[in-house]
Amino acid sequence: MASTSMIVTRGLRKSFRGTPVLENLNIDVARGEIFALLGPNGAGKTTTVNILTTLLKPDAGTASIAGIDVVHDPAAARAALSLTGQFAAVDPFQSGAENLAMMARLAHLGRKSARIRTAELLEQFDLEGAAGRLASTYSGGMRRRLDLAISLLAAPPVVFLDEPTTGLDPRSRNQMWSVVRELTAGGTTILLTTQYLEEADQLADSVAVLNHGTVVATGSPAELKAGLNGDRVELTFETDVAYAGARRLDFGAAAVFDDERSAVSVPSSAPVATTRELLALADRHGLAVSNISLLKPTLDDVFLHLTGAIGSDTVSNAEEAAA
Amino acid sequence: MTTATQFARPTNRPFLDIGAMILRESRRTIRSIDMLVTGLALPALIMCVFVIVFGGAAQRDGHYIQYVVPAILILCAGFGSAMTAVTVAKDMRGGIIDRFRTMPIFGGSVLVGHVAASVIRNLISSVVVIGVAVLLGFRPSADLAHWVLALLYLAFTITAFTWLCCAAGLLLSEEAAGSVNFVFLFLPYVSSGFVPIDTMPSWLHGFANAQPFTPITETMRAFINNTSPGTNGWLALAWLGGVLVVGYGASLILFRRRVNS
Ligand SMILES: Nc1ncnc2c1ncn2[C@@H]1O[C@H](COP(=O)(O)OP(=O)(O)OP(=O)(O)O)[C@@H](O)[C@H]1O
Ligand SMILES: [Mg+2]
Repeated sequence: MASTSMIVTRGLRKSFRGTPVLENLNIDVARGEIFALLGPNGAGKTTTVNILTTLLKPDAGTASIAGIDVVHDPAAARAALSLTGQFAAVDPFQSGAENLAMMARLAHLGRKSARIRTAELLEQFDLEGAAGRLASTYSGGMRRRLDLAISLLAAPPVVFLDEPTTGLDPRSRNQMWSVVRELTAGGTTILLTTQYLEEADQLADSVAVLNHGTVVATGSPAELKAGLNGDRVELTFETDVAYAGARRLDFGAAAVFDDERSAVSVPSSAPVATTRELLALADRHGLAVSNISLLKPTLDDVFLHLTGAIGSDTVSNAEEAAA
Repeated sequence: MTTATQFARPTNRPFLDIGAMILRESRRTIRSIDMLVTGLALPALIMCVFVIVFGGAAQRDGHYIQYVVPAILILCAGFGSAMTAVTVAKDMRGGIIDRFRTMPIFGGSVLVGHVAASVIRNLISSVVVIGVAVLLGFRPSADLAHWVLALLYLAFTITAFTWLCCAAGLLLSEEAAGSVNFVFLFLPYVSSGFVPIDTMPSWLHGFANAQPFTPITETMRAFINNTSPGTNGWLALAWLGGVLVVGYGASLILFRRRVNS
């Protein structure tokens, strides 16, 4: 398994001033895979990325990139990876082309390949027109693209992206996604962290949900969603009175009432039959229904299910055990 | 199984790395109005203020300009170096330092780039100050050998000051780093640089005689007056050497502390 994995951690631990942030973190990322690290604020995503990119030393455990131990041989690991951090690493007082040229020099690319690579990346990231402008005049999306372009100068086999699309508008985000997808076509392995479940759903081959410093669930987005109870049928009632009536009815133990939206949903493996039954039940009691929908589980549901039970230890333990 | 050599690019290129960093800092200076004003215009302005405005009152033997130029050079070297505290603090807060630290480059090259760029910037501003002084009537008596000594000494002073400011930049927030220059703006005034110590109130004599800016400025003055600095030279060297060791050492420790947090 380890021989095809480009990123491996085993028993990774890290505490800050006695507060554990990572506890026994194990991940495996295969070559050419997009791996998304999901987790609520403070889950330890950036800490994990920092350890893997040699910025931080773990308290215990091992971490390797492309077979190189990042703790024992950080210099070799750095030649195999690049980091696009949570905060843009672009000099506002240099132009896009100058930023790239400087980083190409620092990546020891050599004059000729630096020139070729810079031109390539400016084109790939749609920055040719702005190449000569100071980066301080760039929009957030352009700066982010330049940031990513810089990190790809040396064509590293392993790329880390810490919240690559935070603060981007939907168009820039889509643009970023397609760039990331193109990268893996070339065999690059990518680990990204994100707060956006949709991003993981769209991009990731495999997802690890991080909570309190451990991986509480891992798998492809589809596998994670399948782990939930599947589809649900939801009825929305026309009036508060109708909804109040519905609340008194028996929709089964697994029914979920949503007071704000005056809706009730029940799990279903046969949505058409369930819909008929629910409508018949509502009709029998004269409750006017305004909408019917079929709810497919989203990664948001998975995420909330796995990480949502904040402040309730028993529930979260039970869920971690279940996961 | 993948091996490290597969991705190896030459990693050990410290001079290339430092060169790139110096270019980076030079661009920062040239493209920032703030830094241009503080780095070039302000020193020239201070020169003018001292000679034209204060010159009349402070005149001694009709040659205040001959007296004050070395002090202004040291003053400007000081607050010019202090700009490095701000640029270093800025770098440490942004994302770029993490990018640098995940690249296979010579670890200290960012800091060395900051210091080298500061030396270049301040030597240029020193030349501007001397040029303005000459326009205002400054007629130094130094021969070529003493000029060379003066410039080397000035470069050494700037290097020492800048490493100390670099450490301050690593330690302080950007805002706090902005006030480091007050140290260099005020300490020199209570030295023999601008007025002879015997014209100050007597309770200040002790401090003024003992503080580093007195021998540091007197050494500069000796070189420009084509004489030997004598004891002051050794005192200045000791002070500046101490500042350099402390500044450089503290910078290294503070920079490493970020890595192994
Ligand atoms: N240098 C540090 N010193 C002390 N505590 C730290 C340090 N770095 C991180 N932490 C703490 O470790 C925890 C995890 O932080 P981390 O930055 O890894 O979270 P994250 O998952 O990236 O969160 P976010 O989504 O907000 O970026 C947080 O509680 C944070 O306060
Ligand atoms: Mg983070």
